[in-house]
Amino acid sequence: MVKVYVPRDSSALSLGADRTAKAIMAEAQKRGIEIELVRNGSRGLFWLEPLVEVVTDKGRVAYAPVQPKDVSGLFDADFLHGGAHPLNLGLTEELAWLKKQQRLTFARVGITDPVSLEDYLAHDGYKGLDNALKMSGAEIVKSVTDSGLRGRGGAAFPTGIKWNTVLNAPAKQKYIVCNADEGDSGTYSDRMIMEDDPFVLIEGMTIAGIAVGATQGYIYLRSEYPHALKTLNEAIAKAEKAGYLGEKICGSSHTFNLEVRRAAGAYVCGEETSLLESLEGKRGLVRFKPPLPAIEGLFGKPTVVNNVISLATVPIILDKGAQYYSDYGMGRSRGTLPIQLAGNLKQTGLVELAFGATLRELLYDFGGGSASGRPIRAVQVGGPLGAYLPESQFDTPLDYEEFTKIWAVLGHGGIVAFDDTVDMAKMARYAFEFCAIESCGKCTPCRIGSVRGAEVIDKIMMGKDQVKNTQLVRDLSDTMLNGSLCALGGMTPYPVLSALNHFAEDFKPRDFGLQNKKVAA
Amino acid sequence: MATALSVQQLTKIEAHIAAHKTMPGALLPLLHAIQDDIGWISEEVYVPISKALALSVAEVHGVVTFYHHFRRHPAGKHVLQVCRAESCQAMGSEKLEAHIKSTLGVDYHQTTKDGSITLEPVYCLGNCACSPAVMLDEEVYGRMDAKKVAELISEVRNG
Repeated sequence: MVKVYVPRDSSALSLGADRTAKAIMAEAQKRGIEIELVRNGSRGLFWLEPLVEVVTDKGRVAYAPVQPKDVSGLFDADFLHGGAHPLNLGLTEELAWLKKQQRLTFARVGITDPVSLEDYLAHDGYKGLDNALKMSGAEIVKSVTDSGLRGRGGAAFPTGIKWNTVLNAPAKQKYIVCNADEGDSGTYSDRMIMEDDPFVLIEGMTIAGIAVGATQGYIYLRSEYPHALKTLNEAIAKAEKAGYLGEKICGSSHTFNLEVRRAAGAYVCGEETSLLESLEGKRGLVRFKPPLPAIEGLFGKPTVVNNVISLATVPIILDKGAQYYSDYGMGRSRGTLPIQLAGNLKQTGLVELAFGATLRELLYDFGGGSASGRPIRAVQVGGPLGAYLPESQFDTPLDYEEFTKIWAVLGHGGIVAFDDTVDMAKMARYAFEFCAIESCGKCTPCRIGSVRGAEVIDKIMMGKDQVKNTQLVRDLSDTMLNGSLCALGGMTPYPVLSALNHFAEDFKPRDFGLQNKKVAA
Repeated sequence: MATALSVQQLTKIEAHIAAHKTMPGALLPLLHAIQDDIGWISEEVYVPISKALALSVAEVHGVVTFYHHFRRHPAGKHVLQVCRAESCQAMGSEKLEAHIKSTLGVDYHQTTKDGSITLEPVYCLGNCACSPAVMLDEEVYGRMDAKKVAELISEVRNG
């Protein structure tokens, strides 16, 4: 029986993958052909979704993008045996976009059925846990430290050091919390892991629990991801049933339970202390640090709070060794980064590469330039709190320190491209507006600064006291940068000031329809 | 004037409260359960929740109002969320927003006169590779334009 793959990733679904899958099943039935339809994750070539694959003697052959209207023609062209067709892209593994990547964290994504434990095991799943079960907690932590893995959520704090603090914190109850509140625009790698390879996250969290002596884990998942919620819960139930979660994991003395908790649409809850407040059932107000969550975290107990990608990278480190992982990368940025291409690009999608590739390679070699065909003028890296980079900075290598040098942030690896129709004053205003909407309200610079910032940019755009007001934005940004309690207020100045520094020409009076009218004095 | 809950709804809510009472950090899961079931969070539930979870009414109210997801009024039959984040802006979401508002004749956080659609802004749906994106109830739609949104709207209105 021929095996056909149609992705179930929500971005593929957003482009009609369910309809395509239904059409393929209906057509096969109509023609009396038996096929096995597998709903895999996405390979991450989103400009080609829905991307259908067929298993042939030579390997998996890709056809894309396949809409229901193409299905009957594909059957006519004998696509079930890799037949020629305008949508035939050849062997999936040979596609340049995939071949140029170094997929470690995303090794299985798009290849397997996300909710099949058998498939996960057949593709090196749970090998990391097998090794971890033979090691002491300190040895596991050392392996993660030696790998050079740094927090992929954006802060880039060494994961092993965080784990070590929790390991050495004496407490009966400790927690592993996965920050899956992926709210940054331009990022979707967490979502892809959770929807397309959920077991790798479960395995990573289990290893973390065994390493530091935590028996309970929570995945704090944003409410905007209903598909990820279903997939995670299905995978957790299967892992429990097979003895990979719960008491006596794989016959060992270790216990680890895992629960998904839904967030409720507050961006600030991606900040770790605010996330913990939310998990405790409170408003997501940012906590003062110290104490660090590693010492006093969830319900006052030592807690590891890691991003999805950090935790999902742990299994391969434990499987192949710290050295294998740290051999990738540059400088102090070791390993790989799942980069997400978004916004105005011809070829958007997931590119996992060792640190060190330049923005230009990503925008043009992978991204294929802008979708609109116009020049790419600005690129925002690292989410809504990341700086806007002009063309002159496109040769910056993707490396935490290199980005810091140019006063930018790599963050979660999201890259949003804008063409030359972008109005950077508006983007700066939006940054303040977003901060005002999402501020938790605890500290003044963020709560009030964001509102005042938007007002001052409005004045600049109306041409009122331009020089004075521009200086005011800079002063205000300085206060927010240095006086805010967390990264929300503290980093809103990045998009604002980078827009002002690199795109000053956009901060000019504009036509609000008042040009021909006399404005009352 | 807030809509009053029916006896049936109150019974369901009591059951949710009982099911979540002993859960650590129960308030958010409980509010989700209530909203999933009833569609919104009425102030009528503040007192029973606060009693069951040993919280003050103010604390419950504080949590309900802090999170964008929880609604304090009944929504329309369907909820349409339009992404306003940067990636979607880079692909023309601003025009799309304006178009949707004028088609529906409502602004954000409002419900159409026929009660069919509540319009909400959202800041990222994680569908940034397929911008601009919208979400109708629990389904995401990518690479939207005025025509596709109009089709979506008429489908739910007539369906």
